[in-house]
Amino acid sequence: MIRLQNIVLPLANFELSISIELAHRVTAITGPSGAGKTSLLDLIAGLRQPKSALIEVDGVVLTDTMRGIRLAPERRAIGYVPQDLALFPHLCVKRNIFYGGHGGADIGADRVLETLEIESLLDRRVTEISGGEQQRVALARALLSAPRLLLLDEPLGSLDPALKAKVLPYLRRVRDEFKIPMLYVTHDSAEAAEIAEETVRVENGRISRQNAR
Amino acid sequence: MTSEDWQLIRFTVWAALVSVAIILPPGLALAWLLARRSWPGKSVVETLVTLPLVVPPVATGLVLLNLFGRRGPLGKLLQGMGIDVVFTWRAVVIALSVMSLPLLVRSARAAFEGVNERYEAIARTLGRGPFHVFFTVSLPLAYRGILAGIILSFARALGEFGATIMVAGNIPGKTSTIALEIFHSVQLGNDWHAWRLLVVSACIAFAAVWASELLLRKKTR
Repeated sequence: MIRLQNIVLPLANFELSISIELAHRVTAITGPSGAGKTSLLDLIAGLRQPKSALIEVDGVVLTDTMRGIRLAPERRAIGYVPQDLALFPHLCVKRNIFYGGHGGADIGADRVLETLEIESLLDRRVTEISGGEQQRVALARALLSAPRLLLLDEPLGSLDPALKAKVLPYLRRVRDEFKIPMLYVTHDSAEAAEIAEETVRVENGRISRQNAR
Repeated sequence: MTSEDWQLIRFTVWAALVSVAIILPPGLALAWLLARRSWPGKSVVETLVTLPLVVPPVATGLVLLNLFGRRGPLGKLLQGMGIDVVFTWRAVVIALSVMSLPLLVRSARAAFEGVNERYEAIARTLGRGPFHVFFTVSLPLAYRGILAGIILSFARALGEFGATIMVAGNIPGKTSTIALEIFHSVQLGNDWHAWRLLVVSACIAFAAVWASELLLRKKTR
């Protein structure tokens, strides 16, 4: 269960203002560009400071401005795959995916590498692999940080249709294999329906619709 | 070249290296803070750090002389611990450090600003604290600009004159550096000696810049 209560974050053109409880394991957040979807993920990951917020994941309070609780990003156990992936360009694939230092003790590094089929890429530089491979490496890196929640920001947004079709099965496999709660940002409603059990639409910083499948 | 000349060259290079080593940790920390954080008084600190670049070096030397002189606040404190600063090698190192700090901070700051903040943010979400992220993400990604800053500040320290002569004087075998000795030689009409030292000084600076270029090329490959 993810509780996002009294969230207020001033943005350039409007205020992100959200109160919602997400009971399903995989929730898609849809909406037009600039609606505040990425800002919401940043808030959950602890990368932005809200004016007010209560953020709770499976009973663990990550932010509660009323009680002065703001867990640092490194203490939240949130696996975040941003839209630009942010793979460290100076490190090889192996050092990228094991950067978190957890070594995948909880979910098994071998299982992650196998599921995402990236064993053969380990010694390559991240700048030398394809877009689809980079996507899988970023997913593996987030999974191996032992997250209680996975945030995926437009994971297929920058890929062409052919590559999308190749990467989507990996996302489904991650969803079904590791059973980690997921917030999946996309502006593609078909993609949202394919992956998520519940869809939340955000427009101008507010929730305009919430429906479960 | 006489043995005094070699001693002078060794001392100058040593003092420049020590001053760069001294300013490196606080310089990098300050550069990162200026690049990444907002804090009260930031613009004042920014201006203070740049000041030695725009104020005449002798004026900076005068400030140092008043700070570290026997009646100065820091001088008195160090005197109490049995440490003399003014007109010793320590004064040379302090003058070189103060004069070369702005170049290091400016280059390193620009280098940190050039690193995509998203890398640092995502590194934090992976469970790593700010210090680990600094040493494994920020520093390696900014190394080109930082290396350029180190070379620039070393070269600046090699050629420093105004602040050094104010706070350390020009005592042969004790505080004399290549720049001070060039000036001294010209004053005595010993132009040939001055030219010899100038060539040595240029060679050292050339070698430093060349070595950094080679290092950068090797790292890029």
